[in-house]
Amino acid sequence: MKVDPSVKWSGPTRPYDLIKELAAAVLVIGLLAGGLSFLFSSPDEPAVTLKSWAQTNPVDFAQTATGELAGTTTSTSYGPPYNNAAKGMHFGILKLQDWSGVRIPIDPAKSFVLDPLASYNDIAGQDAVIAWNAATADQQSTWATGYADALGKATTATEVADPSNLYGPVPTLITSLLNMAKGGALDGALLTSDSTLPTNFTKPLLFLADSEGYFAAKAEEQHLGGEQWGVMNETGSWPGQSWLWLFSFWYQVDPFKSSDNADTIVMLMMGLLTLLLALVPVLPVIRKIPYKIPIHRLIWKDWYSKKL
Amino acid sequence: MSTSWTTRVRKATLESYKPEDLLPDTQPAYVASWIYIFGVATIAAFVMLFATGLWLTLEGPAWWHTSSIGHFANSMHLWSVELFFVFMVVHLWGKFWMAAWRGKRITTWVSGVVAFMASIITAFTGYLIQTNFDSQWISTEAKDGFNSIGVGAFFNALNTGQAILLHVALLPLLLGGIVVWHIILIRRKGVVPPIDNDATLEGNK
Amino acid sequence: MYLAAIINLNHPAHYYSVGPFSISAGNAVIILVMIAIFTLALFLPFPHGKADK
Repeated sequence: MKVDPSVKWSGPTRPYDLIKELAAAVLVIGLLAGGLSFLFSSPDEPAVTLKSWAQTNPVDFAQTATGELAGTTTSTSYGPPYNNAAKGMHFGILKLQDWSGVRIPIDPAKSFVLDPLASYNDIAGQDAVIAWNAATADQQSTWATGYADALGKATTATEVADPSNLYGPVPTLITSLLNMAKGGALDGALLTSDSTLPTNFTKPLLFLADSEGYFAAKAEEQHLGGEQWGVMNETGSWPGQSWLWLFSFWYQVDPFKSSDNADTIVMLMMGLLTLLLALVPVLPVIRKIPYKIPIHRLIWKDWYSKKL
Repeated sequence: MSTSWTTRVRKATLESYKPEDLLPDTQPAYVASWIYIFGVATIAAFVMLFATGLWLTLEGPAWWHTSSIGHFANSMHLWSVELFFVFMVVHLWGKFWMAAWRGKRITTWVSGVVAFMASIITAFTGYLIQTNFDSQWISTEAKDGFNSIGVGAFFNALNTGQAILLHVALLPLLLGGIVVWHIILIRRKGVVPPIDNDATLEGNK
Repeated sequence: MYLAAIINLNHPAHYYSVGPFSISAGNAVIILVMIAIFTLALFLPFPHGKADK
């Protein structure tokens, strides 16, 4: 029997209890979820703080903080929406990141280092902030870049002696900030800088995200890095987000892997592929695959064999 | 066309559907395959997500870190997510191989893809509000993706408060609405007949 | 605080890698389960009641 599929079916029917089917499904899936939860539980890798960072890897903390002053960290040269220090990513003439503008203004040196120290009960730190702010931009750059190099060469030191005063107030700024972080006051200072009862973790997270030796290293231990298919993965051995497989895939291969505009290109590409998925019913070749490879003969095998 | 809004809404909704089409107690005889369970299984997982999600809202976002009952509620919510996507994707596979868009059902297919994408976005905001290391890492990585297309200026992945409200209020309403739309389309058009019974495919396969 | 489960998954995952592809054991299991239930749904006999005839 051949019918027009857009017309209501007038052929043989069978009884069907929709509500009972839904109730049974909820019961079965509820028991399944409960069983899986009882067997496997769920992951809970504890959150990190600026305090845990300063205590666990003070060298990385000191180097990152110096980088904020020297303008060498990711946040200092991010571009919109945080600052205009650099151009954002683009795809050809599509400069979506730049067009969105600086709507979440963050000056990393000021937000992560100078403002917290200005409010911290450490006279040496406060004096160092005053000395820094009184200097010219060129002088600040010379001090901070020099100290960043010195710390980098020292590799395992959290501070470097400065008998010739090459680095100005920078060593004091960094050492004070490290102590402020170790004691826990920096977390509170960054969180409450914009709001007394905060729910917005932008500042501490942006600062943490600049850390390579601590934050990124911790993520890579758990295979959460971008080039480790990290978008798909979960901490520990739990299953992650397997539905993000295609999104993760592009970051593992060139030209995306080594492109400066990887994020824009991958996001736009996934948008296009999603649109194509929605358009499958009208795409030539693709829409005929179910007819060419007749898996439907398995789906409707009972109906086809006992057709009335 | 009546000038009464109420009349127009009633005609577009209640009077457009027969009750026996919305809540039928029969179905075409060809709806006889295990492939057909994955749609309702997805809905059942969605119901579990709502229930376990509401359970979690009772005690707040950080409850599960210090309470074993809270941790179990979190586990049920996470495993419901895994089941939700497993069944949804298998349902998608089934619908593709049935060419279920036939007979003016393209909108149904499109509504399904929209539901898939809305689910991914909703799940993403859920992963953002775990208040643990995973959510911290995810937020700092995801911000780069959003910023790269200009969305980050409006949706700040590092703003946990924003993510919580989106995940618990706006997105479930939106996703729920899309799912209801998807189901109404299916009830309106009926389940697509088998490919070999399709008169419109003659010579066009 | 981590609650002990019957099967402890709180340890680094196993990864299977081929070329640029790398998948965790957990994700691999999920995907294999999806393929399995799809295949089973195609082949498992579907019960028919008296009213179906």
